[in-house]
Amino acid sequence: MSVWDDLVGQEPAVGILQRAVSGAAARLRGESGAATAGMTHAWLITGPPGSGRSNAGRAFAAALQCANEGCGECNECRTALSGAHPDVSLIRTELLSIRVSEIRELIRRAAMSPTQGRWQVMVVEDADRLTEQAADALLKSIEEPGPKTIWVLCAPTVEDVVPTIRSRCRLLVLRTPPVPAVAEMLSRTLGVDAELAGFAARAAQGHIGRARALARDETVRERRTKVLEVPFALRDLGACLKAAQQLAEAAKEEAKGSAAAVDEKERAALEQALGVGTKGAKPREAAAAVKDLEEQQKARAKRWERDVLDRSLVDLMALYRDVLVVQTRAGSELINAELHTSIVQFAERTTPEQTIRRIDALAACREAIEMNVAPLLALEAMTIALFEG
Amino acid sequence: MTNGVGAGIVGRAWDAGFVMAARRSAAPKLGDVLLVTGSETFLADRAVRSAIAAVSKGKSDVEVTDLGAGELDVGVFAELTGPSLFSAERVLVLRMLENLPTEMVPYLLEYAGAPADDMLVVLVHSGGQKGKAVLDKLRKASVNEVVATAPKTWELPQFVAGEIRLLGGTIDERGAAALVDAVGHDLRALAGACSQLVSDSGGQAISTDLIGQYFGGRAEVTSFAVADAAIAGRTEPALEQLRWALDCGVAAVLVTSAMAGGLRGLAKYSSAPPGLREADLAREVGVPPWKLKTLRQQARGWTPGGLATAIKAVAQADADVKGASGDAGYALERMVITVSRAHGRR
Repeated sequence: MSVWDDLVGQEPAVGILQRAVSGAAARLRGESGAATAGMTHAWLITGPPGSGRSNAGRAFAAALQCANEGCGECNECRTALSGAHPDVSLIRTELLSIRVSEIRELIRRAAMSPTQGRWQVMVVEDADRLTEQAADALLKSIEEPGPKTIWVLCAPTVEDVVPTIRSRCRLLVLRTPPVPAVAEMLSRTLGVDAELAGFAARAAQGHIGRARALARDETVRERRTKVLEVPFALRDLGACLKAAQQLAEAAKEEAKGSAAAVDEKERAALEQALGVGTKGAKPREAAAAVKDLEEQQKARAKRWERDVLDRSLVDLMALYRDVLVVQTRAGSELINAELHTSIVQFAERTTPEQTIRRIDALAACREAIEMNVAPLLALEAMTIALFEG
Repeated sequence: MTNGVGAGIVGRAWDAGFVMAARRSAAPKLGDVLLVTGSETFLADRAVRSAIAAVSKGKSDVEVTDLGAGELDVGVFAELTGPSLFSAERVLVLRMLENLPTEMVPYLLEYAGAPADDMLVVLVHSGGQKGKAVLDKLRKASVNEVVATAPKTWELPQFVAGEIRLLGGTIDERGAAALVDAVGHDLRALAGACSQLVSDSGGQAISTDLIGQYFGGRAEVTSFAVADAAIAGRTEPALEQLRWALDCGVAAVLVTSAMAGGLRGLAKYSSAPPGLREADLAREVGVPPWKLKTLRQQARGWTPGGLATAIKAVAQADADVKGASGDAGYALERMVITVSRAHGRR
C-alpha cells in the first residue's frame, strides 16, 4: 500500500515524483546539492483527461507531507489524499473558470509557513480553467514562493496554461494509461470479470474515471450504446435532426440527474447555515445568497452537460477511428470490438476520405460546443456532416 | 402590479385621463404622501415631476430633496421631515424604496400616519418583489398611489393617443398604431415622437403621412423577420431587415437562434413521414398546429440538400458571432446570403 497505488500505468512519472519526494525529505534534513536535486518548488502536471492528473497531484502532496515518503497509511497521507490536511490546499472548480478573487485568497495562504512543519502544498487541479487575470495573479507567487511552499498545477496540456506560468514550472507529463493496466486495476478494485474489465478499459480509452463508471454501471453502458447507434441511423435529413436532438436531450437528462442530488443537498446546507425556517429575524442577504448559489448550480449544470456531450463525441470519434482502421487495414485492435460486424459493413460502404471528413466534423463540433455555440445547433450541423460524408 | 390594489390608488401613470384629472383636482399637495410604484422609470419619473410641479406651482421657494432610500438613516430622515427652521415648503423624493433599510420602516410608517403640513413626500418603488412588505404597510396606511407599469404592447396606441391629446393635438386610431409601428415600444421614444409631431403639426390632426415623413422606415425589426425573409429566399429584403435589426439593437445571437429555429422546424416538416394527421404532424415537427400553414408555404422551394447547407451555415455563423470571427455583422450577412441562396437549389 502506498499513495502511488491509484496512479494506473504511470510508472515513469511516479519514478520522477518519488525522486522529488526523496529530494524534498533531504532538504528538510538540511542537506543540499545532489541529494535534493529531484525537487523543485513549482510543478505542472499534464496528461489527457482521466489519466489521473489530480490524483497524481494529491499523491505527490501526500508523499511530501508523509514522514515515510508516501506510505499511504499514516494520518498525514490519509488527510492529504482526502483534502483535510491543514497544509495541503486543493483548488478545483465545478464552474467554467477559476476567478481571480479565489486565487488572491490562495496566494495569501501560500505565503504562510506550514502548520505542521513539513511543506505548504498548493494543488490547483484545474489550472486550465484559470482566467487570464487569475493566472497573472499567480505568477509572482509561483516564481518566488515561500521557502516551504510548493505549487502543483494540473492541466490537460501545456498549451492550456499561459506561457509565463509554463516557464516557471517543472513539467511532468502523464501518459494515456495502457489498456491492460486499466483492465487490471478494474478487476483488482471493483472485482469485475476480465471480459467486462477489458471492454470498459478499451471503451474508456485511458480515461480511468470513465472506465470505472462503465465497469460499474449498467445505465452508463446503455447510454454509450445509444450514442454509438447514431452513425448507423442517419438515413436522411430528418433522421439527422432527430439524432442531434436525442444526443442533446440525453446529455441534458444525464447532467440534470447528477445535478439534482447535489443541488438539493447544497441548498439545504446553505439554508440551514442562514437559519431559514428558524424563529427570529432573517439575515438581510439570505435571499441573495440563495440566488447566488442557484446561479452557480446553473453554471455547473451547463458545464456537466457540455462534458457529457464532449464524451459522446469522443465515443463517436473512436467509432470512426475503428472504421478507418478496417478501411486502411492497419490491423490495430478495434476500440469497439463488440460492434465488429457493423463497423466492417460500414467500412465497406464508405471511403477512407469520407471517414476522415467525418472525424473532422466531430472535432469541429467539439470545438463549436467549446466556443459556446448552441449545443443543439452544433450537433445538427455535425450529424448533417456525418450523413453527407 | 394589477390595477385596483388598495383603496388609495389614484390611477395608472400612463393613462391620459388620469393625468388630466390629476391636474385639475386630485393633484398632490403639501401634507400628502404619494407612492409611485412600477418598473417603467419613464412614467415614474414623470409622475414625480408632475407632483413636484403641482406643489410648486406659483411658488418660488419650494425646496426639493431627492435621494435614494438606501442611504436613509434615522438622523437624516428626522432632519428632512422635522419642522424647518425657515418654514420653507419642501418636497422629499425617496427613490428606490426597495432598498430602504429595515430599521427605517417604522419611522417611515409613523410619518405616513401623521405627515407634516408643509411637506410633500414622494416614495418611488421600482417594482418587483423586493421591499413588498413596506409597500403593503404603506397601502394600509392609505397613502395615494400612482402605478407606473408599462402599458402592454396592444395598449401602446392608446398611450400614444392619450399623450397627443394631452399635448393638445389629435390623432386617429390608425395614426397611433402607425406611430407605434414606426417608432417602436420604448415609451421615452414614443413620448418624444408625440411631442415633436404635435409641435410640428400646426394644430392639424396628425396624419399617417406626417408620421411617414418623420419616422419612415424606422420600424422595429425582430430577428424572426430576418429569418423569415431569408428562409423565403428573398436575399435583398433579408439583408435590409438584418441591417435594421442590428441597428435597433437586436443581439446577433438572437438572429442566429431565430434562423436555426426556423430551419429546424422546416427541415423536420419536410422530412416528416407523409399522411400524418395535422395534430400528429405538429407533434412530430415540434411546433404549435397553427404554424404548420406557414411551414407548408415555406417548404416550397427547399430541398434536403439546400436545408443541410443552410443549417451548417447557421452553425458556423453562431460560432462566428460568439467570437470565432472578428466581425459579427459580416458573419450574419454571409449567413443570410448563404441561407437565402440555398432556397430553391436543386
